[in-house]
Amino acid sequence: MSPREIAIVSYASLLAVPGEPQRDEVELLLPVVTEAVARSGIPKRELGFTVSGSCDYLGGRPFSFVMALDAIGAWPPIAESHVEMDGAFALYEAWVRLQCGDVDSALVYAFGRSTQGDLGRVLAQQLDPYTLSPLWPDDTALAALQARALLDRGRVSERDFAAVAARTRGGDADELVQRPYTVAPLRAHDRGTVADGAAAVVLAAGDLARKVCKRPAWIRGIDHRIEQHQLGQRDLTRSVSTALAGERAGVGKGPVDVAELYAPYTHQELILREALGLGEGVEVNPSGGALAAHPLMVAGLSRFGEAAERIIDGSANRAVAHATSGPCLQQNLVAVLEAAP
Amino acid sequence: MSGRACAITGIGQTKHASKRDDVSIAGLCREAALRALEDAGLSFADIDAVVIGKAPDMFEGVMMPELYLADALGAVGKPMMRVHTAGSVGGSTAIVAAHLISSGVHERVLTVSFEKQSESDAMWALSHKYPFQPPLMAGAGGFFAPIVRSYIKRSGAPLDTGIAVAVKDRLHALKNPYAHLTLPEISNDMVKASPMLWDPIRYLETCPSSDGACALVLTSAQAARRAPGKPAWVRGTSMRTEPAVFAGRDQVSPRAGRECAADVYRQAGVSNPSKQIDVAEIYVPFSWFEPMWLENLGFAEVNQGWQKTMDGSTALGGALPINPSGGVLSSNPIGASGMLRFAEAAMQVRGQAGAHQVDGARMALGHAYGGASQFFSMWIVSSERE
Repeated sequence: MSPREIAIVSYASLLAVPGEPQRDEVELLLPVVTEAVARSGIPKRELGFTVSGSCDYLGGRPFSFVMALDAIGAWPPIAESHVEMDGAFALYEAWVRLQCGDVDSALVYAFGRSTQGDLGRVLAQQLDPYTLSPLWPDDTALAALQARALLDRGRVSERDFAAVAARTRGGDADELVQRPYTVAPLRAHDRGTVADGAAAVVLAAGDLARKVCKRPAWIRGIDHRIEQHQLGQRDLTRSVSTALAGERAGVGKGPVDVAELYAPYTHQELILREALGLGEGVEVNPSGGALAAHPLMVAGLSRFGEAAERIIDGSANRAVAHATSGPCLQQNLVAVLEAAP
Repeated sequence: MSGRACAITGIGQTKHASKRDDVSIAGLCREAALRALEDAGLSFADIDAVVIGKAPDMFEGVMMPELYLADALGAVGKPMMRVHTAGSVGGSTAIVAAHLISSGVHERVLTVSFEKQSESDAMWALSHKYPFQPPLMAGAGGFFAPIVRSYIKRSGAPLDTGIAVAVKDRLHALKNPYAHLTLPEISNDMVKASPMLWDPIRYLETCPSSDGACALVLTSAQAARRAPGKPAWVRGTSMRTEPAVFAGRDQVSPRAGRECAADVYRQAGVSNPSKQIDVAEIYVPFSWFEPMWLENLGFAEVNQGWQKTMDGSTALGGALPINPSGGVLSSNPIGASGMLRFAEAAMQVRGQAGAHQVDGARMALGHAYGGASQFFSMWIVSSERE
């Protein structure tokens, strides 16, 4: 059974760097959802399915997705679901839902206020609750272990990390690499800027997508894979789950114009590029990626939106979108977006 | 249901208890998952993807536990997802997993839901004060009691209706070896004598706080041919959501619930639910929700649901047995409670419900709700594929 043609037809986002203390989740979401739906040209009431991604631990309260519904206006009642994951995984659920064939469009949204707490301590709660979490390792310390392993493997240097930072968030790599470590071998520029944000995407199938969008960003392949949780069980210098998901999504079946990779740390971009086989000619993270603005739960869906915009505006014909979850790239989602119908 | 046929070939659940300190969170999930795999004649290696669900992460204090559970649930190298739709999550998780089959994406999917409430304090996590929101300081019971009072006023139901549900579901639970609460001495007087917690809800009219998990193996029709047992077939799935608060909202019989039921009945070709559905497992965390949902689901006329409860129709042996497993009132690992309803419905049409089997059950409804009676998930399962 060949998959049904599904495309991203609109995207909107609000990325607040370094944070947005004045607005709550609903206030962040409302303009974003309104804009994405308006741009899609599909009346909100005709959207067949709604699904979101968010995480209670960012806001520090349970059921944070419940009040977010006020930004959607779920009346009359809507067909709706939620994943406690990045919005990119919500997009995957929507893609699956559209494959069933009885609905033709979906709204996907995500929100996250990562600046509400100490993100390093928050993310320590994401680890094995019996053996890892009680040690309170923060995300930068774990990423530094991965970066060290990558340096030890050879071929890349701390200057290569700095070059990723310089390209995506400005600055001079030779100067950046002289700066002090935060957690060796990582420096401040190696970690994405923690931010608040919201993003929304509208998906449409087949003829509906063609009707509402001149150049829909067709999802040609999409797949995600998870790896072992314990860092000691993985080769941290390679992302086998990204490689497998990329292969199943068909990344290598044609030239890639642009790739939006969710790399919260500079060295992770290098690991992801290798896993996806992206050569020097591929433009990576022209948006600035998660290094320029890192709202958790939003950053992955934003990569999909940013990659899709490049197809929609005609500046790319084939794009790769990627999202990650968990410590040191534990779980990865990859999609290929194409202009060609 | 749209797309390809989806079969349920494996069902597993844990023994539910207030404290399962013999197992970790992963151990609890594996207990259910391994039972479901054994039932389906499969191992973790045969599974294409894993979908897990649970209620708020604060119930255990583990953020996004799918990451830590990937190894224990055999998901390494596979797609893994985590659903969270409040109390309805167990049902929604099963539906997300079913869509992975009906969409044609996968052949064999394992879905697991759980709650290990003893690891944290659900009452605390449910009583959080939000800025600019009315406080919900006494857990879910404090929130739902006024809605029950509204139902009593509206329907004129006798005040002992809730007591009748509490006794019936605990008698059912005595036939279910996995149930948490076993109260062989349960009686109307015993329920009536229990402390009033949130008027009109007494202590014995509420659900317990449980550790437990539930798992299902869902497959395509082709993969189901190799299953050792008789499958149940998913004949309809639906989810509906409405906002928590707005003026004029009917919280006793929410429109989202009525529309969710209408959608799932349409898919399964059900025009007269009381007649065509043989047994229903519905989400009743507080006794009074049985008559309320009977009306919302179209099993009874408006304001008359209590009559079916009081005349014994909803007991095992009655015209429409409701919650023969003992229901949420007897076992409540919150994140799994919805999937337990879905699983018990499937067990009934497979004829594997043991002492709480409804004779000849061919079509069953699984129902879950969550949030402020605003998230609904339902499926209809049948012994027949079409």
